[in-house]
Amino acid sequence: MIEIRNLSKVYNTKNGTVNGVDNVSLTVQEGEIFGIVGYSGAGKSSLIRCINLLERPTSGSIIVNGRDLTSLKSEELRRARLKIGMIFQHFYLISQKTVYENVAFSLKAAKVPTMKIKERVEELLEMVGLAEKRDVHPSQLSGGQKQRVGIARALANNPTVLLCDEATSALDPTTTKSILNLLKRINKELNITIVLITHEMNVVKEICHRMAIMQDGKVIEEGSVYDIFANPKADLTKEFIESVVSFEIPEVILKGCTGPIVKVTFKGEIAGEGVISDTLQKFNVNGNFLHGSIEYIQDLPLGIFIMELKGQKEEIANALHYIESRDVQVEVLHNGL
Amino acid sequence: MDFDFTHFVEFIPDISSAFIQTIYMISISLIVAILIGLPIGILLYITDNGLFLENRALQSVLGFVVNMLRSIPFIILLVALIPLTDALVGTTIGPTAASVSLSVAAIPFFARIVESALREIDKGVIEAAIATGATPWMIIKEVLLLEARSGIISGVTLTLISLIGFSAMAGTVGGGGIGDLAIRFGYYRYDNTIMISTVLILIILVQVIQYAGDFIAKVVDKRR
Repeated sequence: MIEIRNLSKVYNTKNGTVNGVDNVSLTVQEGEIFGIVGYSGAGKSSLIRCINLLERPTSGSIIVNGRDLTSLKSEELRRARLKIGMIFQHFYLISQKTVYENVAFSLKAAKVPTMKIKERVEELLEMVGLAEKRDVHPSQLSGGQKQRVGIARALANNPTVLLCDEATSALDPTTTKSILNLLKRINKELNITIVLITHEMNVVKEICHRMAIMQDGKVIEEGSVYDIFANPKADLTKEFIESVVSFEIPEVILKGCTGPIVKVTFKGEIAGEGVISDTLQKFNVNGNFLHGSIEYIQDLPLGIFIMELKGQKEEIANALHYIESRDVQVEVLHNGL
Repeated sequence: MDFDFTHFVEFIPDISSAFIQTIYMISISLIVAILIGLPIGILLYITDNGLFLENRALQSVLGFVVNMLRSIPFIILLVALIPLTDALVGTTIGPTAASVSLSVAAIPFFARIVESALREIDKGVIEAAIATGATPWMIIKEVLLLEARSGIISGVTLTLISLIGFSAMAGTVGGGGIGDLAIRFGYYRYDNTIMISTVLILIILVQVIQYAGDFIAKVVDKRR
Protein backbone atom coordinates (compact mmCIF):
# COMPACT_ATOMS: atom_id res chain seq x y z
CA MET A 1 0.00 0.00 0.00
CA ILE A 2 1.16 3.50 -0.81
CA GLU A 3 -0.05 6.45 1.13
CA ILE A 4 0.65 9.94 -0.04
CA ARG A 5 -0.18 12.55 2.59
CA ASN A 6 -0.41 16.28 1.93
CA LEU A 7 2.38 16.11 -0.58
CA SER A 8 3.65 19.36 -2.03
CA LYS A 9 6.57 20.04 -4.29
CA VAL A 10 7.57 23.62 -4.89
CA TYR A 11 10.02 24.55 -7.62
CA ASN A 12 12.00 27.74 -7.53
CA THR A 13 12.24 29.24 -10.98
CA LYS A 14 13.36 32.58 -12.35
CA ASN A 15 9.78 33.77 -12.30
CA GLY A 16 9.14 32.86 -8.69
CA THR A 17 7.93 29.65 -7.15
CA VAL A 18 5.80 27.07 -8.93
CA ASN A 19 3.69 24.48 -7.17
CA GLY A 20 4.53 21.33 -9.09
CA VAL A 21 2.47 19.22 -6.72
CA ASP A 22 -0.01 21.02 -4.53
CA ASN A 23 -1.13 19.31 -1.33
CA VAL A 24 -1.97 15.93 -2.84
CA SER A 25 -3.22 13.05 -0.73
CA LEU A 26 -3.82 9.66 -2.31
CA THR A 27 -4.00 6.09 -1.15
CA VAL A 28 -3.08 3.28 -3.49
CA GLN A 29 -4.34 -0.09 -2.31
CA GLU A 30 -2.15 -3.15 -2.31
CA GLY A 31 -2.39 -5.10 -5.56
CA GLU A 32 -4.20 -2.48 -7.59
CA ILE A 33 -3.20 -0.67 -10.74
CA PHE A 34 -3.61 3.02 -10.12
CA GLY A 35 -3.47 5.52 -12.98
CA ILE A 36 -2.73 9.21 -12.70
CA VAL A 37 -3.82 11.20 -15.74
CA GLY A 38 -3.12 14.77 -16.68
CA TYR A 39 -1.70 16.96 -19.40
CA SER A 40 2.02 17.72 -19.33
CA GLY A 41 2.77 20.20 -16.59
CA ALA A 42 -0.09 18.97 -14.43
CA GLY A 43 2.39 17.66 -11.87
CA LYS A 44 1.84 13.95 -12.40
CA SER A 45 5.48 13.33 -13.26
CA SER A 46 6.68 15.22 -10.17
CA LEU A 47 4.20 13.25 -8.10
CA ILE A 48 5.37 9.82 -9.26
CA ARG A 49 9.01 10.86 -8.89
CA CYS A 50 8.26 11.87 -5.31
CA ILE A 51 6.99 8.38 -4.53
CA ASN A 52 10.51 6.91 -4.64
CA LEU A 53 12.06 10.24 -3.70
CA LEU A 54 13.84 10.80 -6.99
CA GLU A 55 12.52 14.22 -6.15
CA ARG A 56 12.33 15.20 -2.52
CA PRO A 57 8.94 16.67 -1.69
CA THR A 58 8.86 20.14 -0.15
CA SER A 59 6.37 18.91 2.44
CA GLY A 60 4.17 15.93 3.15
CA SER A 61 4.93 12.27 3.55
CA ILE A 62 5.04 9.12 1.44
CA ILE A 63 4.41 5.83 3.15
CA VAL A 64 5.38 2.74 1.19
CA ASN A 65 5.30 -0.70 2.78
CA GLY A 66 4.54 0.93 6.12
CA ARG A 67 7.56 3.23 6.20
CA ASP A 68 7.68 6.95 5.69
CA LEU A 69 10.30 7.34 2.99
CA THR A 70 10.85 11.02 3.68
CA SER A 71 12.22 10.17 7.12
CA LEU A 72 14.80 7.63 5.93
CA LYS A 73 18.55 8.19 5.85
CA SER A 74 20.25 7.76 2.50
CA GLU A 75 21.36 4.17 3.04
CA GLU A 76 17.92 3.13 4.34
CA LEU A 77 16.30 4.92 1.41
CA ARG A 78 18.56 3.07 -1.00
CA ARG A 79 17.43 -0.24 0.50
CA ALA A 80 13.80 0.82 0.40
CA ARG A 81 14.21 1.60 -3.31
CA LEU A 82 15.24 -1.99 -3.98
CA LYS A 83 11.60 -2.85 -3.28
CA ILE A 84 10.17 -0.06 -5.46
CA GLY A 85 10.71 -0.72 -9.15
CA MET A 86 10.46 2.03 -11.73
CA ILE A 87 10.21 2.15 -15.51
CA PHE A 88 10.51 5.21 -17.71
CA GLN A 89 9.22 6.66 -20.95
CA HIS A 90 12.71 6.67 -22.45
CA PHE A 91 13.73 3.37 -20.81
CA TYR A 92 17.07 4.69 -19.52
CA LEU A 93 19.01 1.48 -19.91
CA ILE A 94 22.78 1.53 -19.56
CA SER A 95 23.78 1.67 -23.22
CA GLN A 96 27.19 0.10 -22.68
CA LYS A 97 25.82 -2.94 -20.88
CA THR A 98 24.13 -5.92 -22.47
CA VAL A 99 20.53 -6.81 -21.70
CA TYR A 100 21.81 -9.40 -19.22
CA GLU A 101 24.14 -6.93 -17.52
CA ASN A 102 21.44 -4.28 -17.27
CA VAL A 103 19.20 -6.64 -15.36
CA ALA A 104 22.09 -8.03 -13.31
CA PHE A 105 22.90 -4.46 -12.22
CA SER A 106 19.74 -4.34 -10.11
CA LEU A 107 20.60 -7.62 -8.44
CA LYS A 108 24.13 -6.42 -7.69
CA ALA A 109 22.61 -3.37 -6.02
CA ALA A 110 20.78 -5.78 -3.71
CA LYS A 111 24.03 -7.69 -3.12
CA VAL A 112 22.61 -10.91 -4.53
CA PRO A 113 25.39 -13.55 -4.65
CA THR A 114 26.96 -13.82 -8.11
CA MET A 115 25.91 -17.44 -8.46
CA LYS A 116 22.28 -16.62 -7.99
CA ILE A 117 22.34 -13.60 -10.32
CA LYS A 118 22.56 -15.68 -13.48
CA GLU A 119 19.61 -17.83 -12.59
CA ARG A 120 17.45 -14.85 -11.62
CA VAL A 121 18.34 -12.78 -14.70
CA GLU A 122 17.46 -15.68 -16.98
CA GLU A 123 14.19 -16.20 -15.17
CA LEU A 124 13.33 -12.48 -15.56
CA LEU A 125 14.26 -12.37 -19.23
CA GLU A 126 12.14 -15.43 -19.78
CA MET A 127 9.22 -13.72 -18.09
CA VAL A 128 9.42 -10.59 -20.27
CA GLY A 129 10.02 -12.68 -23.39
CA LEU A 130 13.57 -11.59 -24.16
CA ALA A 131 15.56 -14.71 -23.34
CA GLU A 132 17.20 -14.81 -26.74
CA LYS A 133 18.35 -11.18 -26.53
CA ARG A 134 20.40 -11.59 -23.39
CA ASP A 135 23.78 -10.70 -24.92
CA VAL A 136 22.63 -7.84 -27.08
CA HIS A 137 23.18 -4.16 -26.30
CA PRO A 138 20.16 -1.84 -25.96
CA SER A 139 20.96 -0.02 -29.22
CA GLN A 140 20.00 -3.19 -31.10
CA LEU A 141 16.57 -3.44 -29.48
CA SER A 142 13.24 -1.94 -30.48
CA GLY A 143 11.41 0.42 -28.14
CA GLY A 144 9.11 -2.30 -26.87
CA GLN A 145 12.04 -4.63 -26.22
CA LYS A 146 13.89 -1.89 -24.35
CA GLN A 147 10.86 -1.37 -22.14
CA ARG A 148 10.75 -5.11 -21.47
CA VAL A 149 14.36 -4.93 -20.29
CA GLY A 150 13.34 -1.95 -18.15
CA ILE A 151 10.56 -4.04 -16.64
CA ALA A 152 12.88 -6.99 -15.99
CA ARG A 153 15.35 -4.65 -14.31
CA ALA A 154 12.61 -3.05 -12.20
CA LEU A 155 11.26 -6.41 -11.06
CA ALA A 156 14.61 -8.03 -10.33
CA ASN A 157 14.49 -7.64 -6.56
CA ASN A 158 10.82 -8.67 -6.18
CA PRO A 159 9.49 -5.19 -5.48
CA THR A 160 6.07 -4.66 -3.96
CA VAL A 161 5.49 -1.56 -6.06
CA LEU A 162 6.15 -0.72 -9.69
CA LEU A 163 6.14 2.92 -10.75
CA CYS A 164 5.56 3.61 -14.45
CA ASP A 165 6.53 7.07 -15.63
CA GLU A 166 4.81 7.43 -19.04
CA ALA A 167 6.04 3.92 -19.76
CA THR A 168 4.19 3.53 -23.04
CA SER A 169 4.21 7.11 -24.31
CA ALA A 170 7.17 6.55 -26.63
CA LEU A 171 5.73 3.35 -28.10
CA ASP A 172 3.45 2.66 -31.05
CA PRO A 173 -0.10 1.43 -30.37
CA THR A 174 0.61 -2.26 -30.94
CA THR A 175 3.69 -2.24 -28.73
CA THR A 176 1.81 -0.20 -26.13
CA LYS A 177 -0.81 -2.90 -26.04
CA SER A 178 1.72 -5.68 -25.52
CA ILE A 179 3.50 -3.75 -22.76
CA LEU A 180 0.16 -3.06 -21.06
CA ASN A 181 -0.68 -6.74 -21.23
CA LEU A 182 2.66 -7.54 -19.64
CA LEU A 183 2.00 -5.04 -16.84
CA LYS A 184 -1.44 -6.52 -16.31
CA ARG A 185 0.06 -9.99 -16.07
CA ILE A 186 2.73 -8.83 -13.61
CA ASN A 187 0.05 -7.22 -11.47
CA LYS A 188 -2.03 -10.38 -11.43
CA GLU A 189 0.63 -13.05 -11.18
CA LEU A 190 3.08 -11.33 -8.87
CA ASN A 191 0.54 -9.19 -7.02
CA ILE A 192 2.65 -6.07 -7.54
CA THR A 193 0.97 -2.72 -6.93
CA ILE A 194 1.37 -0.55 -10.01
CA VAL A 195 1.20 3.23 -10.11
CA LEU A 196 1.34 4.69 -13.57
CA ILE A 197 1.15 8.17 -14.95
CA THR A 198 0.07 8.86 -18.48
CA HIS A 199 -1.61 11.40 -20.69
CA GLU A 200 -3.22 8.60 -22.69
CA MET A 201 -6.67 7.79 -21.39
CA ASN A 202 -6.78 4.49 -23.26
CA VAL A 203 -3.90 3.22 -21.09
CA VAL A 204 -5.98 3.85 -17.99
CA LYS A 205 -9.09 2.37 -19.56
CA GLU A 206 -7.12 -0.69 -20.57
CA ILE A 207 -5.47 -1.69 -17.31
CA CYS A 208 -6.20 0.55 -14.34
CA HIS A 209 -8.55 -0.27 -11.50
CA ARG A 210 -8.64 3.20 -10.03
CA MET A 211 -7.50 6.56 -11.26
CA ALA A 212 -6.90 10.19 -10.38
CA ILE A 213 -6.98 13.20 -12.67
CA MET A 214 -4.49 15.96 -12.04
CA GLN A 215 -4.55 19.61 -13.02
CA ASP A 216 -2.24 22.40 -11.83
CA GLY A 217 -0.61 20.15 -9.27
CA LYS A 218 -3.88 19.09 -7.67
CA VAL A 219 -5.94 15.93 -7.86
CA ILE A 220 -9.29 17.11 -9.18
CA GLU A 221 -11.07 13.79 -9.40
CA GLU A 222 -10.40 10.32 -8.09
CA GLY A 223 -12.23 7.03 -8.13
CA SER A 224 -12.68 3.71 -9.86
CA VAL A 225 -11.99 3.90 -13.56
CA TYR A 226 -15.42 2.52 -14.32
CA ASP A 227 -17.24 5.11 -12.24
CA ILE A 228 -15.22 7.94 -13.67
CA PHE A 229 -15.91 6.81 -17.22
CA ALA A 230 -19.59 6.39 -16.44
CA ASN A 231 -19.95 9.56 -14.49
CA PRO A 232 -17.20 12.10 -15.00
CA LYS A 233 -17.58 15.28 -12.98
CA ALA A 234 -14.80 17.72 -13.81
CA ASP A 235 -14.63 19.26 -17.29
CA LEU A 236 -11.07 18.06 -17.70
CA THR A 237 -12.13 14.49 -16.88
CA LYS A 238 -14.84 14.70 -19.54
CA GLU A 239 -12.28 15.99 -21.99
CA PHE A 240 -9.97 13.07 -21.29
CA ILE A 241 -12.79 10.58 -21.64
CA GLU A 242 -13.82 12.13 -24.94
CA SER A 243 -10.32 11.44 -26.19
CA VAL A 244 -11.10 7.71 -26.10
CA VAL A 245 -14.90 7.54 -26.22
CA SER A 246 -16.10 10.41 -28.30
CA PHE A 247 -19.75 11.03 -29.15
CA GLU A 248 -19.48 14.09 -31.26
CA ILE A 249 -22.38 14.43 -33.66
CA PRO A 250 -21.87 16.36 -36.90
CA GLU A 251 -23.47 19.82 -36.99
CA VAL A 252 -25.52 18.95 -40.08
CA ILE A 253 -27.17 16.04 -38.31
CA LEU A 254 -27.87 18.14 -35.22
CA LYS A 255 -29.60 20.78 -37.37
CA GLY A 256 -31.85 18.15 -38.87
CA CYS A 257 -33.06 17.03 -35.44
CA THR A 258 -36.39 18.28 -34.20
CA GLY A 259 -36.83 16.41 -30.92
CA PRO A 260 -34.71 16.55 -27.79
CA ILE A 261 -31.38 14.76 -27.92
CA VAL A 262 -30.59 12.57 -24.95
CA LYS A 263 -27.57 10.66 -23.77
CA VAL A 264 -28.43 7.34 -22.17
CA THR A 265 -25.80 5.59 -20.08
CA PHE A 266 -26.15 1.91 -19.13
CA LYS A 267 -23.89 0.61 -16.46
CA GLY A 268 -22.81 -2.93 -15.81
CA GLU A 269 -25.46 -5.60 -15.92
CA ILE A 270 -28.41 -3.56 -17.10
CA ALA A 271 -29.37 -4.68 -20.59
CA GLY A 272 -29.54 -1.44 -22.47
CA GLU A 273 -31.42 -2.42 -25.61
CA GLY A 274 -34.19 -3.95 -23.47
CA VAL A 275 -34.87 -0.73 -21.62
CA ILE A 276 -34.93 1.29 -24.81
CA SER A 277 -37.26 -1.01 -26.67
CA ASP A 278 -39.59 -1.25 -23.65
CA THR A 279 -39.70 2.53 -23.51
CA LEU A 280 -40.46 2.92 -27.17
CA GLN A 281 -43.27 0.35 -26.91
CA LYS A 282 -44.81 1.78 -23.76
CA PHE A 283 -44.88 5.40 -24.86
CA ASN A 284 -45.83 7.11 -28.03
CA VAL A 285 -42.29 8.13 -28.76
CA ASN A 286 -39.98 7.41 -31.65
CA GLY A 287 -36.30 6.92 -31.03
CA ASN A 288 -33.59 7.71 -33.49
CA PHE A 289 -30.07 6.54 -32.64
CA LEU A 290 -27.43 9.10 -33.51
CA HIS A 291 -24.37 7.63 -31.86
CA GLY A 292 -23.33 5.09 -29.30
CA SER A 293 -21.15 2.24 -28.23
CA ILE A 294 -20.53 -0.27 -25.49
CA GLU A 295 -17.13 0.02 -23.86
CA TYR A 296 -15.68 -2.68 -21.66
CA ILE A 297 -13.83 -1.33 -18.66
CA GLN A 298 -12.36 -3.93 -16.33
CA ASP A 299 -14.53 -6.44 -18.21
CA LEU A 300 -17.70 -4.57 -17.23
CA PRO A 301 -19.83 -3.18 -20.04
CA LEU A 302 -20.55 0.53 -20.14
CA GLY A 303 -23.09 1.48 -22.80
CA ILE A 304 -23.51 5.04 -23.93
CA PHE A 305 -26.09 5.94 -26.58
CA ILE A 306 -27.13 9.26 -27.98
CA MET A 307 -30.62 9.41 -29.47
CA GLU A 308 -33.17 11.82 -30.67
CA LEU A 309 -36.66 11.41 -29.24
CA LYS A 310 -39.67 12.41 -31.30
CA GLY A 311 -43.21 12.76 -30.06
CA GLN A 312 -45.46 14.75 -27.76
CA LYS A 313 -43.64 16.71 -25.07
CA GLU A 314 -45.44 14.97 -22.21
CA GLU A 315 -44.88 11.55 -23.74
CA ILE A 316 -41.17 12.27 -24.03
CA ALA A 317 -41.02 13.48 -20.42
CA ASN A 318 -42.79 10.31 -19.28
CA ALA A 319 -40.47 8.18 -21.34
CA LEU A 320 -37.43 9.82 -19.75
CA HIS A 321 -38.87 9.25 -16.27
CA TYR A 322 -39.47 5.65 -17.14
CA ILE A 323 -35.90 5.13 -18.31
CA GLU A 324 -34.56 6.69 -15.11
CA SER A 325 -36.85 4.47 -13.05
CA ARG A 326 -35.04 1.51 -14.50
CA ASP A 327 -31.68 2.70 -13.07
CA VAL A 328 -30.46 4.04 -16.33
CA GLN A 329 -28.84 7.43 -16.47
CA VAL A 330 -30.39 9.93 -18.90
CA GLU A 331 -29.02 13.32 -19.71
CA VAL A 332 -30.75 15.77 -22.06
CA LEU A 333 -28.12 17.27 -24.32
CA HIS A 334 -30.33 19.44 -26.53
CA ASN A 335 -33.87 20.39 -25.72
CA GLY A 336 -35.17 20.19 -29.26
CA LEU A 337 -35.50 23.11 -31.59
CA MET B 1 64.75 24.85 -46.77
CA ASP B 2 67.11 22.04 -47.58
CA PHE B 3 67.32 18.62 -46.04
CA ASP B 4 70.82 17.26 -45.54
CA PHE B 5 70.52 13.51 -45.28
CA THR B 6 74.01 12.82 -43.90
CA HIS B 7 73.47 15.48 -41.25
CA PHE B 8 70.22 13.76 -40.35
CA VAL B 9 71.95 10.38 -40.03
CA GLU B 10 74.53 11.98 -37.74
CA PHE B 11 71.76 13.15 -35.48
CA ILE B 12 69.80 9.89 -35.33
CA PRO B 13 71.15 9.01 -31.84
CA ASP B 14 70.16 12.48 -30.52
CA ILE B 15 66.77 12.28 -32.14
CA SER B 16 66.07 8.84 -30.80
CA SER B 17 67.09 9.72 -27.26
CA ALA B 18 64.96 12.87 -27.52
CA PHE B 19 62.10 10.70 -28.74
CA ILE B 20 62.47 8.41 -25.75
CA GLN B 21 62.54 11.44 -23.45
CA THR B 22 59.30 12.74 -24.97
CA ILE B 23 57.61 9.38 -24.58
CA TYR B 24 58.92 9.16 -21.01
CA MET B 25 57.63 12.61 -20.05
CA ILE B 26 54.23 12.30 -21.61
CA SER B 27 53.73 8.78 -20.28
CA ILE B 28 54.43 9.77 -16.69
CA SER B 29 52.29 12.90 -16.97
CA LEU B 30 49.45 11.01 -18.60
CA ILE B 31 49.45 8.33 -15.90
CA VAL B 32 49.46 10.98 -13.16
CA ALA B 33 46.76 12.96 -14.99
CA ILE B 34 44.55 9.88 -15.19
CA LEU B 35 45.20 8.79 -11.60
CA ILE B 36 44.44 12.21 -10.13
CA GLY B 37 42.47 13.98 -12.86
CA LEU B 38 39.90 11.20 -13.29
CA PRO B 39 38.73 11.24 -9.65
CA ILE B 40 38.71 15.05 -9.69
CA GLY B 41 36.65 15.04 -12.89
CA ILE B 42 34.20 12.58 -11.34
CA LEU B 43 34.02 14.70 -8.17
CA LEU B 44 33.40 17.85 -10.21
CA TYR B 45 30.50 16.09 -11.87
CA ILE B 46 28.82 14.24 -9.01
CA THR B 47 29.02 17.17 -6.59
CA ASP B 48 27.23 19.42 -9.07
CA ASN B 49 23.68 20.38 -8.15
CA GLY B 50 20.86 18.00 -8.79
CA LEU B 51 23.08 14.95 -8.74
CA PHE B 52 23.38 12.15 -6.27
CA LEU B 53 26.26 13.53 -4.23
CA GLU B 54 25.45 17.20 -4.54
CA ASN B 55 27.89 19.35 -2.59
CA ARG B 56 28.04 22.94 -3.74
CA ALA B 57 30.91 23.99 -1.49
CA LEU B 58 33.21 21.21 -2.64
CA GLN B 59 32.14 21.76 -6.23
CA SER B 60 33.02 25.44 -6.23
CA VAL B 61 36.32 25.03 -4.39
CA LEU B 62 37.39 22.25 -6.71
CA GLY B 63 36.20 24.17 -9.76
CA PHE B 64 38.11 27.25 -8.65
CA VAL B 65 41.39 25.38 -8.14
CA VAL B 66 41.03 23.62 -11.48
CA ASN B 67 40.34 26.87 -13.30
CA MET B 68 43.21 28.60 -11.57
CA LEU B 69 45.71 25.93 -12.57
CA ARG B 70 44.39 25.97 -16.10
CA SER B 71 44.75 29.73 -16.44
CA ILE B 72 48.49 29.79 -15.68
CA PRO B 73 50.58 29.71 -18.87
CA PHE B 74 52.59 26.50 -18.94
CA ILE B 75 55.95 28.21 -19.18
CA ILE B 76 55.21 30.13 -15.96
CA LEU B 77 53.92 27.02 -14.25
CA LEU B 78 57.16 25.32 -15.17
CA VAL B 79 59.20 27.91 -13.34
CA ALA B 80 56.77 28.41 -10.48
CA LEU B 81 56.78 24.72 -9.70
CA ILE B 82 60.54 24.46 -9.36
CA PRO B 83 60.38 24.22 -5.53
CA LEU B 84 57.67 21.56 -5.70
CA THR B 85 59.62 19.66 -8.32
CA ASP B 86 62.73 19.73 -6.14
CA ALA B 87 60.76 18.47 -3.17
CA LEU B 88 59.08 15.71 -5.12
CA VAL B 89 61.83 14.29 -7.33
CA GLY B 90 64.97 15.82 -5.83
CA THR B 91 66.04 17.60 -8.99
CA THR B 92 64.84 20.57 -11.02
CA ILE B 93 66.27 19.63 -14.40
CA GLY B 94 65.82 16.72 -16.80
CA PRO B 95 62.79 14.88 -18.12
CA THR B 96 61.69 13.59 -14.69
CA ALA B 97 61.64 17.14 -13.34
CA ALA B 98 59.72 18.36 -16.36
CA SER B 99 57.18 15.57 -15.82
CA VAL B 100 56.11 17.20 -12.55
CA SER B 101 55.03 20.42 -14.23
CA LEU B 102 53.54 18.53 -17.16
CA SER B 103 51.49 16.44 -14.73
CA VAL B 104 50.30 19.48 -12.82
CA ALA B 105 49.17 21.05 -16.09
CA ALA B 106 47.57 17.85 -17.35
CA ILE B 107 45.57 17.03 -14.20
CA PRO B 108 43.06 19.93 -14.38
CA PHE B 109 42.92 19.66 -18.17
CA PHE B 110 42.01 15.99 -18.03
CA ALA B 111 39.66 16.54 -15.07
CA ARG B 112 37.60 19.03 -17.10
CA ILE B 113 37.52 16.64 -20.04
CA VAL B 114 36.27 13.84 -17.81
CA GLU B 115 33.65 16.16 -16.36
CA SER B 116 32.39 17.15 -19.79
CA ALA B 117 32.36 13.52 -20.96
CA LEU B 118 30.21 12.69 -17.92
CA ARG B 119 27.85 15.55 -18.73
CA GLU B 120 27.08 13.83 -22.01
CA ILE B 121 25.39 10.98 -20.14
CA ASP B 122 21.62 11.16 -20.12
CA LYS B 123 20.67 12.08 -16.56
CA GLY B 124 17.76 9.69 -16.83
CA VAL B 125 20.15 6.74 -16.92
CA ILE B 126 21.68 7.90 -13.64
CA GLU B 127 18.24 8.43 -12.14
CA ALA B 128 17.19 4.97 -13.21
CA ALA B 129 20.22 3.57 -11.40
CA ILE B 130 19.33 5.59 -8.29
CA ALA B 131 15.75 4.33 -8.51
CA THR B 132 17.09 0.78 -8.73
CA GLY B 133 18.74 1.26 -5.35
CA ALA B 134 22.33 1.20 -6.61
CA THR B 135 25.08 2.46 -4.29
CA PRO B 136 26.96 5.65 -5.22
CA TRP B 137 30.05 3.57 -5.89
CA MET B 138 28.12 1.29 -8.27
CA ILE B 139 26.75 4.31 -10.07
CA ILE B 140 30.23 5.78 -10.50
CA LYS B 141 31.81 2.52 -11.59
CA GLU B 142 29.10 0.88 -13.65
CA VAL B 143 27.10 3.82 -14.95
CA LEU B 144 29.23 6.96 -15.11
CA LEU B 145 32.58 5.49 -16.10
CA LEU B 146 31.03 2.92 -18.38
CA GLU B 147 28.68 5.27 -20.19
CA ALA B 148 31.39 7.92 -20.59
CA ARG B 149 34.08 5.39 -21.48
CA SER B 150 34.27 6.37 -25.11
CA GLY B 151 34.38 10.09 -24.31
CA ILE B 152 37.03 9.58 -21.66
CA ILE B 153 39.19 7.66 -24.13
CA SER B 154 38.88 10.57 -26.55
CA GLY B 155 39.88 12.78 -23.64
CA VAL B 156 43.00 10.70 -23.05
CA THR B 157 43.89 11.18 -26.72
CA LEU B 158 43.35 14.91 -26.43
CA THR B 159 45.43 15.13 -23.23
CA LEU B 160 48.24 13.11 -24.76
CA ILE B 161 48.44 15.37 -27.80
CA SER B 162 48.35 18.50 -25.65
CA LEU B 163 51.13 17.03 -23.55
CA ILE B 164 53.30 16.61 -26.63
CA GLY B 165 52.82 20.31 -27.33
CA PHE B 166 53.58 21.31 -23.74
CA SER B 167 56.61 19.03 -23.59
CA ALA B 168 58.35 21.16 -26.21
CA MET B 169 58.61 23.86 -23.55
CA ALA B 170 60.13 21.43 -21.10
CA GLY B 171 63.47 22.29 -22.69
CA THR B 172 63.44 25.43 -20.56
CA VAL B 173 64.27 23.30 -17.56
CA GLY B 174 66.49 20.97 -19.53
CA GLY B 175 63.76 18.45 -19.94
CA GLY B 176 64.80 17.39 -23.39
CA GLY B 177 62.52 15.68 -25.85
CA ILE B 178 61.70 16.07 -29.51
CA GLY B 179 60.08 19.49 -29.17
CA ASP B 180 63.10 20.80 -27.32
CA LEU B 181 65.37 19.51 -30.07
CA ALA B 182 63.23 21.25 -32.67
CA ILE B 183 63.42 24.55 -30.80
CA ARG B 184 67.12 24.41 -29.99
CA PHE B 185 68.41 23.27 -33.34
CA GLY B 186 65.72 24.15 -35.77
CA TYR B 187 64.61 27.47 -34.32
CA TYR B 188 67.67 28.94 -32.65
CA ARG B 189 70.34 27.52 -34.98
CA TYR B 190 68.44 27.54 -38.27
CA ASP B 191 69.22 23.85 -38.67
CA ASN B 192 66.55 22.98 -41.20
CA THR B 193 67.40 19.29 -41.31
CA ILE B 194 66.75 18.85 -37.61
CA MET B 195 63.75 21.17 -37.75
CA ILE B 196 62.13 19.22 -40.58
CA SER B 197 62.90 15.78 -39.17
CA THR B 198 61.73 16.59 -35.64
CA VAL B 199 58.55 18.30 -36.79
CA LEU B 200 57.88 15.36 -39.08
CA ILE B 201 58.32 12.97 -36.16
CA LEU B 202 55.91 15.05 -34.09
CA ILE B 203 53.36 15.08 -36.91
CA ILE B 204 53.55 11.30 -37.25
CA LEU B 205 53.36 10.82 -33.47
CA VAL B 206 50.26 13.00 -33.17
CA GLN B 207 48.59 11.30 -36.14
CA VAL B 208 49.25 7.84 -34.75
CA ILE B 209 47.95 8.77 -31.31
CA GLN B 210 44.83 10.41 -32.73
CA TYR B 211 44.12 7.49 -35.02
CA ALA B 212 44.63 4.92 -32.28
CA GLY B 213 42.56 6.96 -29.82
CA ASP B 214 39.66 7.34 -32.24
CA PHE B 215 39.81 3.66 -33.08
CA ILE B 216 39.70 2.51 -29.48
CA ALA B 217 36.96 5.01 -28.59
CA LYS B 218 34.86 3.66 -31.43
CA VAL B 219 35.46 0.00 -30.71
CA VAL B 220 34.46 0.23 -27.05
CA ASP B 221 31.29 2.22 -27.76
CA LYS B 222 28.22 -0.03 -27.85
CA ARG B 223 25.75 2.69 -28.82
CA ARG B 224 26.32 2.70 -32.58
